[in-house]
Formats: sequence, C-alpha cells, structure tokens
Amino acid sequence: MSDLIEKIKQSGLKGRGGAGFPTGLKWEMVQKAAALKKYVILNASEGEPEVFKDFYILSHYFKEVVAALELALKTIGGQEAYIYINHKYYQKLKRKIKSLVKDKPIKVFVKKGGYLAGEETTLMQVIEGQRPEPRLRPPYPTEYGLYGCPTLINNVETLYYVYKIYQDDYHQNRFVCFSGDLRFPGVYELNENLTIKQMLEETKNWPAKDFFVQVGGGASGEFLFSGELDTPLKSTGAIIVYDKKKTNVLNLARKLVNFFYHENCGRCLVCREGVFRLKEILAQKKPDFEKAEEIAFALSQLAFCGLGSGCGVALYSLITKLIKNGTPKN
Amino acid sequence: MGLLKIKIDGQEFEAEEGMTILDVSRKYHLGIPSLCSHPDLTVQANCRICVVEIKGQKMPALSCMTKVKDGLEIITNSELIKKLRRTNLEFIWANHHENCEQCPFKDDCQLKKLSEEYGVSPYYSSRKASRKKYSFGGAIVFDAEKCIDCRQCVLACQKQNVGFLEVKNRGADITIFPQLAKNKDCIYCGQCVSHCPVNALSADNRSLENLEKWLKDKNKIIIAQIAPAVRTGLGEGLGVDYGKIKVEHLATALKKLGFHYVFDTSTGADFTTYEEAQELIERLKNNKWLPMMTSCCPAWVKYVEFYHPDLIPYLTTVRSPQMILGAYLKTYWAKKQQIDPSKMRVISLMPCTAKKYEIKRPELKLNNGLAPVDEVITTRQLTIYLREKKIDLTKMEETPLDALATGAGFIYGATGGVMESALRTAYYFLTHEEPPQVEFKKVRGLKDLKEAQYQIANYQLNVLVVNGLNLIEEVIKTIKENPSKYHYLEVMACRGGCLGGGGQPLPIDSLIREKRAAVLYHLDEKAPLRFSYQNPVLLDFYHSPEAENLKRNFYTFYQKKKKVGFKIIKK
Repeated sequence: MSDLIEKIKQSGLKGRGGAGFPTGLKWEMVQKAAALKKYVILNASEGEPEVFKDFYILSHYFKEVVAALELALKTIGGQEAYIYINHKYYQKLKRKIKSLVKDKPIKVFVKKGGYLAGEETTLMQVIEGQRPEPRLRPPYPTEYGLYGCPTLINNVETLYYVYKIYQDDYHQNRFVCFSGDLRFPGVYELNENLTIKQMLEETKNWPAKDFFVQVGGGASGEFLFSGELDTPLKSTGAIIVYDKKKTNVLNLARKLVNFFYHENCGRCLVCREGVFRLKEILAQKKPDFEKAEEIAFALSQLAFCGLGSGCGVALYSLITKLIKNGTPKN
Repeated sequence: MGLLKIKIDGQEFEAEEGMTILDVSRKYHLGIPSLCSHPDLTVQANCRICVVEIKGQKMPALSCMTKVKDGLEIITNSELIKKLRRTNLEFIWANHHENCEQCPFKDDCQLKKLSEEYGVSPYYSSRKASRKKYSFGGAIVFDAEKCIDCRQCVLACQKQNVGFLEVKNRGADITIFPQLAKNKDCIYCGQCVSHCPVNALSADNRSLENLEKWLKDKNKIIIAQIAPAVRTGLGEGLGVDYGKIKVEHLATALKKLGFHYVFDTSTGADFTTYEEAQELIERLKNNKWLPMMTSCCPAWVKYVEFYHPDLIPYLTTVRSPQMILGAYLKTYWAKKQQIDPSKMRVISLMPCTAKKYEIKRPELKLNNGLAPVDEVITTRQLTIYLREKKIDLTKMEETPLDALATGAGFIYGATGGVMESALRTAYYFLTHEEPPQVEFKKVRGLKDLKEAQYQIANYQLNVLVVNGLNLIEEVIKTIKENPSKYHYLEVMACRGGCLGGGGQPLPIDSLIREKRAAVLYHLDEKAPLRFSYQNPVLLDFYHSPEAENLKRNFYTFYQKKKKVGFKIIKK
C-alpha cells in the first residue's frame, strides 16, 4: 500500500485545509508511527464564512471521499476512522452518509461548537469530550492525535484528490469558492497553478469596477488589492470580491473582529485580549488605527493557533492597506 | 545524548538534547521572560511573553515550547521582539487589575519588574476590576481581578490530584473558578499559590492584621514558633548563601518587633516523634491499622478526610509539631513561667498555607479551652512583613531560641524527615540502643516515591515516603489492595516536603528544593543532639507528674469532611 503514499508524494498534493502540509509526507509519518491504535479523521467541519467548497464536494463526490478514507485506513494501518462533520452539512447529507458508512469502521461525529472546533487539535479535544481548545504542537497529531494515538487528519478536498491520485486521474486541480461582488458566484474546479487574477478571469468574475479581494476565507483571509493578484492562491480555496465604492471598510473590519470575538476560546493571552481590544477600539467613532494595527500585528505573530493568527493577518492587511493608506493605488 | 551548540544573541552556549530555549536561558540566567511556564508543570504556552526570533525562520517562536537544535541561532533582543513583548505586556496588564500601591507583593512581582524593564505601564482600561475575591478555608485567597488566566494554578491543582480549580467560560469571559462539584474540595496545600506568576493566589493575609493588633496590646504575651522549613528560604532574595540566615537571626528580628519568646517548631517535632514512634511500635505489636500514615501535613489530612475517609484509622493520632508545641506552651510551659495562658498569643511562622486551616480545627482545642495556636503567618508573608518594617535579616545578631531542638526535629522540614526522625527514635525504643547509622538515607531526596526496608529489632519494616500528591492515588490503590505491603507511610502534600510548601518564598523549582533540603540536613549533621528522645525539654516534661494528664493535648482524631468550598470576600 505504500505505493499509494509514493504516488501522493509524487503528485505534490498539499493539504487543502489551509495549512498546506505535504499530504504524502503526513501519510507516511502516521504509517511509520509505531502504535497499537491509529485513527484517520476526515475533517468535514468547514466553518469559515464564504467557504463552501467541501460541501460541494460532499454533495457530489461523497462516495469517492469515503473510498479515500478506507484507503487511508488500510495504508496507515488504522483501526477506526471518523467523519467529523459540520452539523448543517450532516442535516442535509444524513441519508447519504448513513448508507455509505454502513458496515464500515467509520464513525460519524457531528461537529460541536463553532469555527474553532474545526481546527484539527481542537476537533480532537471535542471528540474526546474535553474543552474545545487547540492543543500545543508539537507533538503533532501524526504522533499524538485522537486519544493520544497517531492520527491522520485530512480535509475533505484533500481526501477527494487522494482518490483521484489513486485512480491516476489527478491534474493539479483544486476547488475554489467565489463570492461577493461578482457575477458568477459558486464553486469551480481550477488548476492550482493559476494566479488569483487568472482564476477570476477564467470564471468570468473579473470585476469591471474598482475592487479588492479577500483570499483564503471570509474571516481569516488576507486582503489584497486588485493589483496584487498575480500570484497563485496558497491558502484555502476561497476568493471574496469587494466592490470598493460600496464597501464600508471600517464596518467590514468590525464585522470580522466580531466574528473572532465570538469564536475565540480564550486560551492564549494574545488572542483573548487582542481580539477583545480590537473590538473595543474599532467600536469607537474614530478608532485608533495605530493601536489596532499594532494589535493585529501581534496577533499575526504571536497567537497560539490559526484562529488568532488568521484574525491578525486579515485585520493587519485590511488596516494597513485599506484604512490607514486611504485609497490604495491599483 | 550529545551536547548541542547554540547561539543566543551572538553568544555561544552548550545545551543538552531535549532542552527548550527557555531551559537554556534558565540554565545560563539569560533572562528570557516567562510567566506561564513553570519547570514543575507541563508547558502551556498561554502567556506568549517568552517569544524570540530564530535565524532563518519567518515567524517568531516561543522559547518555552521550542526545543533547541544544533546550530540554532536565537535572537532575544531585536526591535521586533521588544515590540511584541511590549504589546503583550499591555495585554497582561489589561487582565491584571493594577493596584500596585495597595499590593503586598509590589516588591516581589515579576510582572512589575518586567514592565519596568520594557517601559510598559497599563494602557487599556482594566476589564477585571469587578471580578470577585474568594477565600478557600481561610487559608488561601484567590483575587480574580489579578488573574491572567495562565492556568498554572489549575495544572498545579490537578497535579496534586485535587482538581479544585478549573477553567470556566470562553473567550474574553474565561476565568479560573473553584469547582462547584460536590466531590472536589480544596486541601489548602497552596501549590496554586506557589505557581501563580502574578499573585492572584496568595496566603490569607488577615493573620497579619491580628498580629499587629496583638503586638500593640501590652497585656498580651506574644510567642513565635518557627517551623523547621522556614529557615531554608529566609536568605532567598537577600543575596546571601543558603543557610547563612539562621533561625537565631530571625529570633532577634522578631524580638525587635515585640515578640516576647521565640520557639523552634522543631522542638514540637521532637514531641511528635516521641509520641509517633511509640504509636508505631504499638501498631506493629498489635499488627493493627498498618500502614500507619503520618499526619503532620494538614493538607494530606484534609485529603484523606475528604477524598478517602475510609483511610482515617490509618492516620497517626499524634498531633502535628505546631499543634503540640502550641499545646505544650499554653499548658505546661505557661504554668512553669507563671503566665496566664489566656494572655498568650502563639503565632506560627510556617512554610504552609494549610497550617492556617489546621489551627481552626475545633477538636484541637486544649483542655483549658484555648486554641494551641492563634495565628499562622507564612514564610513569604513574613519576609514581606520584615521588609515593610525595614528589618534586614542579614544585619541581625543571633539570639538563642527559648527552647532546644534536636537534629531529628530540624529534618521535619524535608520530605522523608518525619519518617527518619520517627525511625531513629523507634529504633531506640525497640532496642535501647542508638542505630549503628543515625541517618536513614533511603527516605531522603526529591523522588516522588521513596521505598525502603529497615530491620529494627524483630521487625522488618517496609516504609514508603510520598513526596507530593502527584502519585498518591496509585499509592492508595496499592494500600487498599494490599494493606500489609507497608508498615509506615509518610505523606507530604508539597514536593520536597514543607520546604517546598505553599507558603514558602518564590520562585520554587527542583534545584531550590534541593538547596533548601541541604540546609536542614546540614543543621542535623552538626546538631549536638540528633534523637528526639534526647531533647532535655522533652525529658523535663515527661518526668513531670502532669505529663500523663497533659499528654491528652498531644493526640487528636479525624472525621469525614464535607465540602467547604469557598467564600466570596469581595464582590
């Protein structure tokens, strides 16, 4: 079965959950880990605003994803797999899921909690019934995962493409969600080497008016000017377009911070306090953007997990590019 | 295990495999700040203050969780790092309600020191000013408005197998909260206090108010008793070597403050040993209620009474040294000195927060109706009090104490000390000879569990010393399954024994515990008398006709305890 790992490695597939860790390497690490029990988890928790590609895949290709899950179990030598799924998706796909996992060593766990409960170590805490908070890494889940056992955790899209690789039908594609002020919102399968600009063009979504985008997700995604798009999409497959005239940037910043204010777990000081103070500052009529920038920067550098650093990245790019510098040049 | 070479701020250092950057900084005193990472506990990485840059890495790293690799180049003082630490310190202040002028720990505060170093003062409005203040059994105070939610206390409490403190709520509302569950209660060991980086947890301070009041009252006879472990930490922070500040220096200071008499609790320990050795022999002869378990540690007693009341009969019925000495002072000694015991106020200087709780146990009242001890002040409270009174222990003369103590009394302050002291005397009682070797070295040291076998007269004794409550549940399980496995069990709730107690000066770590223990073993080695039964104070007492009657005050009983929980002392 390690043929499959070799194939995944050669394909160059990287995790599509956002962090972009080489998938083949991850599989190999869990396969090589010596333990009596190992787990595989399908992360179908998709919880970021404006990201809906995993739902698209589950709706159309659930069978393939489950097949990949079984391949994963066999390959790494695991005993049990979990489908950890967003509760809204579960409500919609319940029947299909039940018929597919029947008689298989696959448990379905409906996600409890918010955005953070989709973070891979938090998710393990949730399955184990512990406080929904991220764990310290290292040790990484490949070594110390669910119930302390080596665990392979992959996002829906990643496992879907593993199946395509298994069938020798992988063509360096990825799924990208388009939303916001554009003509044809939706999920598209595109070549991963396309630049963001090319992606917008190919889907006929390149706006006619002045715009900026947020890439990687509607909460933690980085903000880019229309002139900064000659680069491939490295984060989660989501491109949100904002009409510059129509968008009240300060309100947008407030909305984002509110999201993180409600979703943060409070474990690490920077995120707990930083997000609270960002919210406080931005709520003022004339916010102190210098201070807000300082906080966003600290968050991007210092936060414990992706939630905090995501908040930092999004707000830092928004404040420095779109608020502090007034009208950006394209 | 090869040696690694790393560079910190351009300077080369040797490190061992497995060390974190913070470990290296601690080893070489490089001063990377850290609030939430204590060497006793697992790394949390919650406070984020120990951030550093690593050459070749895009993102800064945390020293507490980054293991060193050969050739690693670390930068701790770049503009970026200073900036991040400043932002972070402002965040910490937003969690820790600033009230430094009123704070007893203002000269003993890591956060204040760090802020001065980085030129940071509170920037944000405090959002914790309205949080509550709790008292646990009159021993420990938790001031939630100072808490930075780093969770060291929660970990320390879990490590004690207590789990009284827990994390509640999420996000900005997160808080440390005492458990409401009926089956969890505080044992007052104070390990939360020892591990709190910002003094949100501290020993109850009301005892000092009483002391001040009594010192001003001309009618009161104020007597201090100093626990053996107290002396081990007195020099810390004063820039002198361990053992340099003696209890005799402290006696001078106390008499300056207005204390009339100063005793060493080690004298009380000699009494405890004298009685406890007899009880051990009794139980061995009857082969009943073995293993006998020590009861000097009030936190351990509470642990048994609350969590394992079925083990109560195994606890020795002999009172702890502070209570015995208090009893001796307010009965036999008072009569001898012709002092009205009701005018006496016995103040215990203790390394311990649980001792504050112990003196309130109603069954410990004397047959004259008085409490043996009136107040307990911890070592840390004492050092702060002395500083406020501008008393410098390094400048004190030596004043002899008002009663003698033996080496066997001194070692009570270290883990294994009670056991060793009792074994020395038990050996004498059983054989009428001194043991060939005075020292019972197998019960010494900082291991979690210390098991030893000793042949004394006809008895092959299996003994176990439990150092900290980390592994206590396993020990209890073993005892319940196989009661005959051990004959004698010493348990101290705090690691290192009393010298690592929740009332001792901060910081604390294994190295400090070792140094403190060395002070006591050195004192024992040099002591002219090393067996409790040789103490002339005891001989005088036991030869008096009143001894038989007064000995009642040396024994006690235990009861299953219901949950006490907490009291809110500030809303």
